[in-house]
Amino acid sequence: MKSVVAQHLIKTYRNGEVRALDDLSLDVEEGTVLSVLGPNGAGKTTTVRILATLLAPDSGHATVGGIDVIKSPEKVREIIGLSGQYAAVDETLTGWDNLVMFGRLYHLGKQASINRANELLERFSLTDSARRPIKTYSGGMRRRLDLAASLIVRPKVLFLDEPTTGLDPRGRQEMWGVIEELVKDGVTLLLTTQYLEEADQLADEIAVIDHGKVIARGTSDVLKKQVGGERLEVVVESAHIKTTMEIVAKVSGDKVSLDEALRQISAPVSTGATALIEVLRALDAAGIHPLDVGLKRPSLDDVFMSLTGHVAEEIVAAPVDKKKKGRK
Amino acid sequence: MKNAISDALVITKRQLLQLARVPEVLIFSTIQPVMFVLLFRYVFGGSISTDQPGGYVQLLMPGIFVQTVAFTLAATASGLAEDMGKGLIDRFRSLPISRSALVVGRTLGDSLLNILVLAVMGIAGFVVGWRPTSGLPQVMLGFLFLLLFGYALSWTGIFVGLSARDARVVQNVSFIITFPMTFLSNAFAPTTGMPRPLQYVAEWNPVSTMVAACRQLFGLENQFGATAGSFPSEHPLVMSLIYMVVIMAIFVPLSVRKYKNSSK
Ligand SMILES: Nc1ncnc2c1ncn2[C@@H]1O[C@H](COP(=O)(O)OP(=O)(O)OP(=O)(O)O)[C@@H](O)[C@H]1O
Ligand SMILES: [Mg+2]
Repeated sequence: MKSVVAQHLIKTYRNGEVRALDDLSLDVEEGTVLSVLGPNGAGKTTTVRILATLLAPDSGHATVGGIDVIKSPEKVREIIGLSGQYAAVDETLTGWDNLVMFGRLYHLGKQASINRANELLERFSLTDSARRPIKTYSGGMRRRLDLAASLIVRPKVLFLDEPTTGLDPRGRQEMWGVIEELVKDGVTLLLTTQYLEEADQLADEIAVIDHGKVIARGTSDVLKKQVGGERLEVVVESAHIKTTMEIVAKVSGDKVSLDEALRQISAPVSTGATALIEVLRALDAAGIHPLDVGLKRPSLDDVFMSLTGHVAEEIVAAPVDKKKKGRK
Repeated sequence: MKNAISDALVITKRQLLQLARVPEVLIFSTIQPVMFVLLFRYVFGGSISTDQPGGYVQLLMPGIFVQTVAFTLAATASGLAEDMGKGLIDRFRSLPISRSALVVGRTLGDSLLNILVLAVMGIAGFVVGWRPTSGLPQVMLGFLFLLLFGYALSWTGIFVGLSARDARVVQNVSFIITFPMTFLSNAFAPTTGMPRPLQYVAEWNPVSTMVAACRQLFGLENQFGATAGSFPSEHPLVMSLIYMVVIMAIFVPLSVRKYKNSSK
């Protein structure tokens, strides 16, 4: 069963000048993780806000847990948890205060709210700082508390908007651990991210979005196949380039390309490590010592590149105006 | 319905907790009006002539009380704008709670704060010579009026807070609303000194009717108004009540609707 379905969502801002979502459709199978991957301004937050009943689309249709988000938002709110892009907790209050307050707002009753708060603080290793105002928390702690607040009533569907943006590598690892555990408990998760690595790590399926549209979707492996399989790469001294190219061509049986500046020869291979050994043996026999050699699986960066013609990060700096022009 | 009330109370409690965690807020929100009392009583008071028995301070205190509750508008507005800025409103809106809970809770919290501030002001007034001559019931009724007026205005604050996108803008907007309102009135000086057209504005100003109502309830003649013999200066209590009802009738639905549709 599909836990989340979005069909043909359109959302514009400033009287249609900015098309935040441009016929976006996606769905998430119950109990799985979908990662919505896209650069800044792609429409990730807009998508999450519509699914979490905070924003009405201009047109289109969406259900969460089988419930229509536009027609019955109150019912949807009972089964979802949302952790927005920026930690949304009361900074003046302590972590404990915050969780108890949210418990009360979920109508848990006083004692149950307190128990649940303690439980969540424990689970997210925040017990020691439970009685400190959030203001004094680190970014990672804040983010964890924010996540805890969205888990108070064990939601069926959880939305996490860029849960690790702004965290240091350790904070990110911790967050990943926490998220992986949630997924083990069976929650359906829709997670947005700008990090290809994160989508790869956490998601069962990835939807790549750009300019408010899903431009590709599938498992990480399927997406990688779209860009082609593995490539073998060898770097050698300039003197050996010609011979090496011949050797690689023989093993690969495909088109060999050369990056002269890097002195790097590469070609697609289908036999993986076997091809690598063959090339190394042949090079050795010819008396050539490669400076570097390896097999490269395409990264999601490559996926993005081949899908959109630009790398994910490049859009970051692109002003909105540019996008508008492209559209009109 | 039961949930709507208990949800609102959770929000009110949150505000009280905030005050408990940062008591400075409370201290500064009382220091400011007390400062006004001292300034007007001792700095300007000397040059404002009145034949009021007990002196200028009798007329001044109701004015200061009304000014203080009028500033609730700014407090409510900036508190809400701050929540918006931090994305807290989004979180509240994603919870299965009544849509009015957050705004109702906030207005209740600000009223509770007003009770405290008015109590401090009353004491400060007493110290500098304010002596209401009516009975205790009338004085209490006066304070109840003040609280209701503050409550009505905090709904205007909700609307301002939700409408502006930035907390600093909210500060300015609330200032632009409340400052002329409190000074273009009979609160501190007689309206008779104003140019004729302004006198009308001042007399119909809800702050003036409120001040006049309080003066009446505290047992004073309203010396600073009543020049034109207009309806508001003849019937300040009735007019103030009408204003409160009108303000609420406009801003409660507007604010609740704004909150439902608010999206940053
Ligand atoms: N309130 C708004 N008014 C005008 N334009 C908006 C508004 N909210 C979003 N947009 C525009 O809609 C587009 C999509 O925004 P959205 O916030 O969904 O992107 P995002 O993928 O979440 O980006 P980021 O990675 O920066 O969070 C952007 O071009 C953004 O400028
Ligand atoms: Mg975003």
